Amino acid sequence: MLRLGFELARRGFGRYAAYPGATWAGIFTNTFFGFLIAYALLAVFDQRDSVGSYDARDAVTYTWLAQGMLMTIYIWGWFEVALRVRSGDVATDLQRPLDFQLYWLAQDLGRAGYHALFRGVPPFLVGALVFDVLVPGDPVVWLAFTASLVLAVVVSFAFRFLFNLAAFWLLDYRGAGVLAMVASTFFSGQIVPLAFFPDWLETLAWALPFAAMVQAPIEVWLGHAQGAELVGLLGLQALWAVILLGAGRAVLAAGMRKLVIQGG
Amino acid sequence: MLGIYRRLIGARIRSQLQYRLSFWLNLIGTALLTFLDFAAILVLFHQVDALGGWTVAEVGVLYGISCVAFALADMIFGHLDQLPEMIRMGDFDQVLVRPLGSLLQVISADFALRRLGKLIQGSIVLAVALAHADVAWTVGRAAMLVVAILAACVIFAGIWIALSTIVFWLVDSHEAVNAFTYGGNFLTQYPVNIFGSWLRRLVIYLIPLAFTAYFPALYVLDKADPLGFPRALQFLSPVVAAATCLAGWALWRNAVRRYRSVGS
Amino acid sequence: MIELDGVEKTFSVRIKRGRLRRERREVRAVDGISFRVEPGELVGYVGPNGAGKSTTVKMLTGILVPSGGRISVAGLDPSRRRIQLARRIGVVFGQRVQLWWDLPLRDSFELLRHIYRVPYDRWRANLDRFSEVLELEPFLATPVRQLSLGQRMRGELTAAMLHDPEILFLDEPTIGLDVVAKVRVREFLADVNRERGVTVLLTTHDLADIERLCSRLLIIDHGRVIYDGTIERLIERYGEERTLVVDLEEPAPPLELDGARVVRIEGPRQWLRFRRDEVTAARLTAAVAERAPLVDLTVEEPDIEDVVRRIYAEGAVTKR
Repeated sequence: MLRLGFELARRGFGRYAAYPGATWAGIFTNTFFGFLIAYALLAVFDQRDSVGSYDARDAVTYTWLAQGMLMTIYIWGWFEVALRVRSGDVATDLQRPLDFQLYWLAQDLGRAGYHALFRGVPPFLVGALVFDVLVPGDPVVWLAFTASLVLAVVVSFAFRFLFNLAAFWLLDYRGAGVLAMVASTFFSGQIVPLAFFPDWLETLAWALPFAAMVQAPIEVWLGHAQGAELVGLLGLQALWAVILLGAGRAVLAAGMRKLVIQGG
Repeated sequence: MLGIYRRLIGARIRSQLQYRLSFWLNLIGTALLTFLDFAAILVLFHQVDALGGWTVAEVGVLYGISCVAFALADMIFGHLDQLPEMIRMGDFDQVLVRPLGSLLQVISADFALRRLGKLIQGSIVLAVALAHADVAWTVGRAAMLVVAILAACVIFAGIWIALSTIVFWLVDSHEAVNAFTYGGNFLTQYPVNIFGSWLRRLVIYLIPLAFTAYFPALYVLDKADPLGFPRALQFLSPVVAAATCLAGWALWRNAVRRYRSVGS
Repeated sequence: MIELDGVEKTFSVRIKRGRLRRERREVRAVDGISFRVEPGELVGYVGPNGAGKSTTVKMLTGILVPSGGRISVAGLDPSRRRIQLARRIGVVFGQRVQLWWDLPLRDSFELLRHIYRVPYDRWRANLDRFSEVLELEPFLATPVRQLSLGQRMRGELTAAMLHDPEILFLDEPTIGLDVVAKVRVREFLADVNRERGVTVLLTTHDLADIERLCSRLLIIDHGRVIYDGTIERLIERYGEERTLVVDLEEPAPPLELDGARVVRIEGPRQWLRFRRDEVTAARLTAAVAERAPLVDLTVEEPDIEDVVRRIYAEGAVTKR
């Protein structure tokens, strides 16, 4: 089964690799925004030496990591499952001897691999060349970061998957999700690190799954989580993964029942 | 010509208003989503009193002018985003067969009412910010505010048109174009003096985004220019708007000429 | 009305060779086309895929600019006077929609009235007339996206004619339509050509369209006109072959006859192809009867389809 998973991942990778033009354009976008946000954050550090556990270097590193990770994590904009539900193709999919959710998860991991390499690395390199950026020296940190990144993708996938299932019940699944898009973009720390938030907002942010998608891996990279804290952070990500994947399976089952009742 | 535009848009608006609930949800969703940009600014100001020497109210004015102007430009010219799709589907050929200018047809093909959400949100922020910014109102300043918003709208539009012509050459490039248009909007919400010198020069001399909000705001707020430019620049936005408009128009005509020689 | 003189169109195409290298090749889509269409003619424009039909039509309607040669449509140069020309022509692309997708059909007509600046009375008169002829009434209020292909095409034809164009260009208007719909379209075109004197240039793959409608046929291949004349002439010159279909009493091996060859066998039925100038149908029938008992027979005249196919295959360069 692992072999199958690997094949699916490869397929996921290849599907996105087929659009080099879009990738270039995307790299450009991420790089551009990286500069804008980095400068904005640096303006803050003109006035202060540190914000929470962040110094100027941390904040800039944060920006470039977040931009690089944007497509890898892909919190918003993925509707493949919803489209299949709407078109009715999902009925055939569910009859295959494959676990529907894991099928898509495997492909998404492949996609994430592609995006990490081709949309993640280039902007970060640009940022690293122009700015003073933190690159971890400790191999443990690298290992932990990789683990955290993979977990982040899983959490993000689980959330997206859950969201796509709304298509079983809602005609305008995109519109309904705008609020979720708003929340996820803001609370994942996409624009501003969560450490900058007022305390109450920061607490709220960590109570939501979005922090586990972007903020968490970056905290690992920056070395802000060590030892027990690191384990706790990875554990939190894993917990969200389990919760959201589980919820996804439950909702999928409900959706399937609805399909059967309605007659496909 | 304006008459035709009104009619074409009128039909679009009517058809959107048919779905009342969807329209309102979209509008509110857009307002909230775009407010996130300002929420990020507020978060930054939670940590400091000034960004690049600009207080939160002053940045609010920048944000407001930029937001309102961009929302206007987006409503009128936003359909340029669909240009690659139009070319791909052969709809652009249909445009060339009608007795109307091609640019007019492209922009009047749709009118996204939901972008009003951004306009409303930006206006509210602008009004509140102006109230808090202790503006010494004169007729001149009030006039400047109005002129600035209109000129900024034209500048955004001119840039948008100019950049959109790239899709005639590189079909996959529309995401890169988006980076500049939406990225440009994001950029103008912040004081230009916080950016690195290369970026400052870019947005003053080449792609004149600095003239949308930054320079006019200096006049309205009676603020000394942190960059030390002569005062005259603060009155130049209408001139810059005209120039950008002409440049955009010239590039468009050239692009269409090329399309007609080379095909799709 | 429509005049082409030595018109050429060359495209520069980039082809990928292997992983990274790219070659630039020049493709001559239209390689020296000259013809004239007089006002009031109904001309068919036929050719295999890639022959240059669409490219020609795009140049005639102002979408593309020719690389060489001269074009005059309604006295105007389409590449320079695009907008002026657009007012005087109507264009229907069979596979694309010019109507507004999510608006009711009549709204599209209304918008076109303003775009083409048609005086209300004339517009109203035209709309009523076409509405009646094409039976648009039942779906005038339906959004275009909900219309069937046939209904949409009727709408498109109306839309193209509302502003009283002098020339109508149609690119595959009957594609995908059922038989009834096709007949409707053809009748409409014939009407419009006869009653209003509209010049029609019809590009099509459906040769039945040509047979039923066109007085004149232009065949284009590899960017050149290889036939320009009437259909009768075409069959006369290239359709020398007729087919004798014989029903024998019982199945037999392919008959061997002088001047005829068997092209098809199905049980006791055989199709015999013979040349008009080599042997008569009567003689051939007699010859068949000598070999095997004959039950029934038919003579099939050359199909325009066959004729054209042959011309494509042979790339005959002879003109009228």
